[in-house]
Amino acid sequence: MTVGLFIPCYVNQFYPQAAIATLQLLRKVGVEVVYPSKQTCCGQPMANSGFEHLTQECNDLFLENFSRFDYIVAPSASCVLHVKQHLHSATDPAEADRIRSNVYELVEFLTDVLKVENLRARFPHKVGIHQSCHGLRGLYLAQMSELNTLPFSKPVHLLNMVEGLELVTLDRPDECCGFGGTFCVAEEAVSVKMGKDRVTDHTKNGAEYITSVDLSCLMHLEGILHRNKSAIKAVHIAEILNSTL
Amino acid sequence: MEKGMKDHAALAEAFINDEERVDWHDGALWWIRQKRDIASKQIPEWEDLRETASRIKNNVLSNLHDYLLQFEANATLNGIKVHWAADAEEHNAIVYSILKDKDIKQMVKSKSMLTEECHLNEYLIERGVDVINSDLGEYIQQLDNEPPSHIVLPCIHKRKEEIGEIFHEHLGTEKGVSDPTTLTRFARRHLRDVFITRRAALTGVNFAVAETGEYVVCTNEGNADMGAHLSEVQIASMGIEKIIPQKAHLGVFLRLLARSATGQPITIYSSHFKKPREGQEMHLILVDLGRSRQLGRVDFRDSLKCIKCGACMNTCPVYRKSGGLSYHNTIAGPIGAILAPNLDMKKHADLPFASTLCGSCSNVCPVKINIHDQLYQWRQVIVREGYAANTKVLGMKAMAWTLSSPTSYSTLGKAGRWVLNNIPFAVNNKFNPWYKQRDMPDGPKESFDVWYAKNNGHDSEKD
Ligand code: SF4
Repeated sequence: MTVGLFIPCYVNQFYPQAAIATLQLLRKVGVEVVYPSKQTCCGQPMANSGFEHLTQECNDLFLENFSRFDYIVAPSASCVLHVKQHLHSATDPAEADRIRSNVYELVEFLTDVLKVENLRARFPHKVGIHQSCHGLRGLYLAQMSELNTLPFSKPVHLLNMVEGLELVTLDRPDECCGFGGTFCVAEEAVSVKMGKDRVTDHTKNGAEYITSVDLSCLMHLEGILHRNKSAIKAVHIAEILNSTL
Repeated sequence: MEKGMKDHAALAEAFINDEERVDWHDGALWWIRQKRDIASKQIPEWEDLRETASRIKNNVLSNLHDYLLQFEANATLNGIKVHWAADAEEHNAIVYSILKDKDIKQMVKSKSMLTEECHLNEYLIERGVDVINSDLGEYIQQLDNEPPSHIVLPCIHKRKEEIGEIFHEHLGTEKGVSDPTTLTRFARRHLRDVFITRRAALTGVNFAVAETGEYVVCTNEGNADMGAHLSEVQIASMGIEKIIPQKAHLGVFLRLLARSATGQPITIYSSHFKKPREGQEMHLILVDLGRSRQLGRVDFRDSLKCIKCGACMNTCPVYRKSGGLSYHNTIAGPIGAILAPNLDMKKHADLPFASTLCGSCSNVCPVKINIHDQLYQWRQVIVREGYAANTKVLGMKAMAWTLSSPTSYSTLGKAGRWVLNNIPFAVNNKFNPWYKQRDMPDGPKESFDVWYAKNNGHDSEKD
């Protein structure tokens, strides 16, 4: 099995450490990983702004980069969800179809495909999980509070394997942070207020770190934490899972 | 958007300026969302109920024509006078003509978002007919000359002190009194007089049963009943989507409605109206007002399943932080944002963008409307129809061009320049809305692709 590593544009530019952790983590659990160098962006910022019709070339490029892999894995639930829902091809619809069902967010790949039960990781800190909405309700990485059915959580399942890590309980476990792509600038006031309130929930429940499967949410929360000179740090889940003993 | 009109973002910003109010508004609605969670989780078959309700509504929407005619026939047999209105103007004219016939100059009205959509009160007042809203929240909004900000909790954005002020000014309560029980008692005394003296009463309709020709009105205050029972002319205004096929289906919807709306097992008063009493006249107006157009929009037809429980508003973090009036539409929140562009796409072009697409609304909705998917779809339609701002169009075109070519992307991408220049939220200066209240990430020394080329060059392009 060869995995194609899909690193979304803003992760590539701003959070290389999360991309590196993803790569190392996958290798640590025995996966052969390749990063196709010609990738740009999945097209989500355009599509969510109403410009899905401009994303065909992004789609074609995605196919070009990733069609040779058994699985495609990315440290970003949001971009994975976009590919899953909207990747289409005029020339090779069957391949687009195959890719849509073989693209995985890192955590779901580790739990569902690799069925990892041991990580040999250590992170002795109090951690709050920020549920990314696209991960939660889009990829169904955990049970959402809206539904009346049994609880489960793939991120928690993995974080429980990390030595010394203590999860904090939030008042609102799965509320949106307010990033929302271009929403974060188009609706700046609402976005920031939502982010501030999410940060407060983590702060008052004693988190030292906020983690998530989505760096976009973390970038937004980190921006608020940083501006307010908070001691709390935002860290991608790959970095925690890849931390050493 | 029309010139000079404030969009959702601007109206929301104004609401957010008063942070204490936002926290309170947010907290009050979240409390109701939690009550809804507890109530729904006490019913093991909750998810089945939602699925059943959704399917019943599918059937209704696919056979709307037949059910409406069946309802009309049965209601007429029961002695109800059935009217049809294509739009707000027709609806209002019908109400007015019924009142004029009887020379009635005063009417009492219970909760009906449809008549708000039609701006019925203004219409009647212009023609010398006085209307009083008898739902307490709507009554407060009416006194304050504001539309409802929530479909179930019309004045949820007002604090009790403000309501005390309004009562002092309009009803003569003592200044500074803000105790809810005292104020409610005062309003009740006042409304009792209204109920006793008004000859005409108008109600909304929650469900109309095709097989029996009856309709059901749900309220927690009993105000619809007070009006209807004491009046000599009773009028019901109903959107054509409110029809359900059989009385047996009511159980499904009544169980879902109250739990979703407020966390109650059932609404306090679920009153069935079937035929006029002796000496009473009963009218029912079936109103289209854009519904059949929405039915014809394949991607959006499911929005007509809505039973107006308000759960999507209570759960929506954007709604909770921005207040219902920021949606500048009768129906606010997520459902309003997918109903409004159908009525006027230009005026409401901003509303489908007033969401993070978090998806909580779709999963809380008792009839399983895919609200957030429809918000996404509306964005595509609005852009295609040319209602997106020009600057946005150019920006997106530039973005598409850059992203389509790895060479232009990587040339521009060195040291994050591409992102800084092209991702609109990433420009680090004081004119940028990102930077106003948030810091940018500390720029890394090198991007991942540069690191990878250095450290893994051997296997990056091995085939
Ligand atoms: S869309 Fe669903 S949740 Fe929202 S008001 Fe209608 S029925 Fe309730």
